[in-house]
Parts: sequence; C-alpha cells; structure tokens
Amino acid sequence: MAAPQQTAPGRAGSPQAQDGASTTAIEALERRGNQSKARKSALALLSASWRPALVLAGLFGVWWLVTALGLVPAYLIPSPAAVWDVFVAEWPQLLQHTMVTLQETVVGFVLAAILGVVTAVIMVYSPTAEKSIYPLILFAQVIPKIAIAPILVVWFGFGMAPKIILAVLIAFFPVVVSAVAGLRSVDPELLELSSTMGASRWKTFRKIRFPTSLPHLMSGLKVAVTLAVTGAVVGEFVGADQGLGFVLLLASGNLNAPLLFAVLILMSIIGIVLFLLVELLERIVIPWHASRRNNLVLAGG
Amino acid sequence: MIGASVLDREPDAHTTTSPIIEVEGLTRRFRSKRSETVALHDVSLSVNQGEFVTIAGPSGCGKSTMLKIIAGLVPASEGSVSIMGEPVRGPQKQIGFAFQRSALLEWRGVRKNILLQAEMRGMDRKHAAARADELIELTGLTGFERALPHELSGGMQQRVALCRALLHEPRILLMDEPFGALDALTREQMNVEMNRIWRETGTTILLVTHSVAEAVYLGNRIVVMSPRPGQIVETLEPGLPAEREYGPTMQDPRFAAASERIRILLGASQSHD
Ligand SMILES: Nc1ncnc2c1ncn2[C@@H]1O[C@H](COP(=O)(O)OP(=O)(O)OP(=O)(O)O)[C@@H](O)[C@H]1O
Ligand SMILES: [Mg+2]
Repeated sequence: MAAPQQTAPGRAGSPQAQDGASTTAIEALERRGNQSKARKSALALLSASWRPALVLAGLFGVWWLVTALGLVPAYLIPSPAAVWDVFVAEWPQLLQHTMVTLQETVVGFVLAAILGVVTAVIMVYSPTAEKSIYPLILFAQVIPKIAIAPILVVWFGFGMAPKIILAVLIAFFPVVVSAVAGLRSVDPELLELSSTMGASRWKTFRKIRFPTSLPHLMSGLKVAVTLAVTGAVVGEFVGADQGLGFVLLLASGNLNAPLLFAVLILMSIIGIVLFLLVELLERIVIPWHASRRNNLVLAGG
Repeated sequence: MIGASVLDREPDAHTTTSPIIEVEGLTRRFRSKRSETVALHDVSLSVNQGEFVTIAGPSGCGKSTMLKIIAGLVPASEGSVSIMGEPVRGPQKQIGFAFQRSALLEWRGVRKNILLQAEMRGMDRKHAAARADELIELTGLTGFERALPHELSGGMQQRVALCRALLHEPRILLMDEPFGALDALTREQMNVEMNRIWRETGTTILLVTHSVAEAVYLGNRIVVMSPRPGQIVETLEPGLPAEREYGPTMQDPRFAAASERIRILLGASQSHD
C-alpha cells in the first residue's frame, strides 16, 4: 500500500539541490548538473568572497593614496611599503610572537568553551546551582578585565598563564550565556516525547537537548573567539616578554609606526582566521539549521 | 499487503471488554497571574482493550490536555487516570504518542527521526530498522528516507511522527490530530490505513480530531466534548462494522446519522460560547 502516492516520486533527489549562491550564472551551471560537489562549492565560495575582497582592496587603496599624497606624516601613518619592509625584515621574530599570542588565544578559547558549556549544563539542570553560580558569573563579567590583569601577573608571573586566564575570563561569558539560551530553547514537546520513550536524562541530553543548543552555542563561540584574542593581548600589555601585545608596546614606545601597523595586521589576521575556523566548525556541526541553509562563509548575514 | 507482516499482533483483540484506560472525575485547571482557566471539568471515560475511541470537540476544550494527562505528561488537578489497572503517576512508556505538532528533530532525516524511538528505548537495531522501512513504505515516504524535516511538507512531517509513534508496536496509541495538516485525499487514505492498522494489530487507540467525518469513520466510539471547561457531552456508538471501506461507509445511514448528531452537538455547544 502506498497511500499518498502523489507526493512520493519525482522529488527524491532534489532537496539538497538548491544551493546558496544566488547568481544566475551559478544557477545555470547547477542546472547543467554533473558538477562535482567540490567544484560547485569552490564556485560558490568565489562568488561569496569577491565582495569582501573588493572592500579590503578598496581600504588598502585609500591607505596607499593617503600616504602617497603625503596627507598625513609618515610617523603617524606609515606607507604600505614601509609596513611591508618591516614584515620582510622582522619576519622570524614576528612569526614567533604571533605564535605565542595565537597559542594563548586558542588555549584560552578552548578552556572557556569547555568551562562555559559545563557551567551552562549545570545551571540548566539545577536551579539551586544556577542561583549560586549566576551572581559569580555576572561579577566576573562586569569587573574590568584590564583591572585584574596586573593582579594576575602578580599571582602567576610573566609566563603564559595570566594571558590564558584573561582570555578565558573574557571569552567565558558569551559561551555560558549562549549555551544556557540554547539548552533552554528545546521544544518542551520534544522533552515530553522523550519521556514517553522512557529515555534516560543522559540520552535525552545527548540526542535532543544538546543538538538543539548548538545553533545558539555556535554564535556564542564566534563572539568568544574574537574576544579571546583581546584577552590574550591585554594580558601581554600588562606584563610579558613575548607575544604581539608585548611587541606592540615596544613599537609604541619607540614610535615605530610601521611595526605598530604590522603587529595590528597580524592580530587582525589571528582574529579572522580563528573566526573562520569556528564558522567552518559551525557548517560542519549544524548544516541542518535555518541559519546555515543556503548560506556560505562570508556570504550571509 | 505491505506491512501486514509486522502488524498482525493480537488479531481481533478489539472485541475484548476489559478497560485498559480508566479516566475518572478528571479536572485540570491552569493558573496564570491574571486568571484561571478550567481546561477540563469532571471528565470520566473508560476505554476497553482494542477500542478505537475518537474525541471531537471545539478548539481549546482541553483535548490535547486530556491526552497528555493520560500519557502522564501533565498532572491532573483532580481525579485519576489508570492504565492497565496501574494509576498514572508519571510519563507512560508503554504508549505511542503522536503530538499535534509533529515534534521532529530538525537535524535528523526521516528514517533517523523514526528510529529515535528505537534508540531511546534501546530496541534491537536490526529489528527496528526493518520495521522502520516497512512503516516508511506503508505511509508513502519511500524516497525521502534521508530528507530533513524542513524539506518535507506538513503532511509528510505528520506521517513521520506517526511512523515514530508506531515503531515499537505500542499497545496504546494516543494521537493528537495526527492528520490535521494533510490534504483531504491523503487524509482519507491515511484514515483507511489507520483503520487497517487498528484491525490488524488490536492496538487501543485514542485519537483527537477536528474532522467529523474522520471521527465517525475511525472510531468505534466517538466522544463529543463541549467548549471550555471541557466536558463530555455525549458518547456515540454508531455500530459500523470494524472493517470499513471508505466510499460505502460514507453512504451508510448509520454514518450519516452519527455525523449529523455530532454536528448538532458541536454547533449547539458553540452557540452559547
Ligand atoms: N500549559 C498551559 N498553560 C496554561 N493554559 C494552558 C496550558 N495548556 C493548555 N492551556 C489552556 O487549556 C485549554 C485547553 O487547551 P488544549 O490544548 O488542551 O485544547 P485543545 O482542545 O487541544 O485545542 P485544539 O483543538 O485547538 O488543539 C486552552 O484554553 C488553553 O489555553
Ligand atoms: Mg489540541
């Protein structure tokens, strides 16, 4: 018996067929079919990234123009060429300092993500725990991070520890808030359904509640990862003998504008690369979510 | 017929007369800051093993609430419910529940959504997979096994929820407007299918519906409810044979009489709303 015949045949292969890119050229290519998936997504990525690339090129052009016309003295805004020279001359050291900051950021971010999710789970499952933890979290959030940095240096010295702790402190809050919102966003009927199936709390968490929370959590992680960079750099400002924050302070002390700019560019690159990695993670874990359908890195909102 | 092999547990069990669900003096109030809603008032209902009871009533009269109380998902304010002689104090595991909204996991494909039932219950995988495939074929979802809920029509989503509720061959099936989002034709076909499933499995079914035709065609007993506070105004037993062909049943004078009576009851009850 195949009762509702009219809906069954025909469409079977098509659900995934609509892809993100809205350009007609791409659509036409897709219609022709037989395209390998990789080729399709490469095309889509190209169509998605030309706009940001154009904006970047435009900014670069303005920068070059401003310095080339001598509108601003070179000790305030160095020319792109001068910054490039710094990159070439100082590359080994710059790379080393970048790796230090990157490491502090990544370790801090990962710790914040783990701690944040665990805290959120505790808060969602135990109202008593929530009442006692929430004020603490709020306190940790409102206290200016730059103000605790010196204390952390006093306690933990000049090594990586205070920077990592600062990155954790600053990245923790968005993770907790988004994870709690995500875990709470589960449809109560799904929980009811689960209880008619006699499922344990753990199974319900693993198969229903946690996956439901992922879209919220991923947004929180995106915010957190960019904040973690700030945390690490602030830590380096206060007391460090390596890392991009340390180099930035040195450069500013010597009024070395080209080096300042080079460091700023490296910091931005760290932030952007980490952000894109989290975006990639998001595409992998929640391809099904509304925010991800028909969307590509950099393309959507 | 496809699927018959898995559906032939306890043939003809629906003639037995021991109550499997007993609802007594059930009242449910919802309190909010400003007001109190009495969703159900003093409802008593006893469903025998193997019966197909349909519940018809105006929107907001507490039908969903009643099903949820029977399933142990919502506590009663007053009164009691027992299933197979055991008082209901918490969520019931031996039932299959089809929610009014299909309540699917949006990250799982059709087949995996159906198999959630098996995973949560720790059922044998091979057995569950084979049964899921049979149910998919039975409900015309073939070809969509891996489609995600957002790629399905509302009616298809409801069919997935129905398959999920049937997967573990429950003895009691509680269904809350399971065919509400289906077009008229598919709905008729699903009704015929439900009638067959009921006859062949002997499952006790409690089904809420807004459609008078569906209520009469499916139920061997039809419970008509009044608007808030929900009360049972009348119970009808048209006495149609268990096996019902769709067309001829529609023409049956007993069908027409029961439908007419329900329309009058619902119409009358709406007039003093
Ligand atoms: N959780 C709740 N909190 C407050 N009021 C509720 C709650 N659930 C139901 N109600 C109220 O109880 C009444 C009955 O609701 P219920 O969902 O059972 O109606 P229904 O008969 O299933 O309606 P429909 O046919 O539209 O699905 C409604 O007035 C509704 O507002
Ligand atoms: Mg309802």
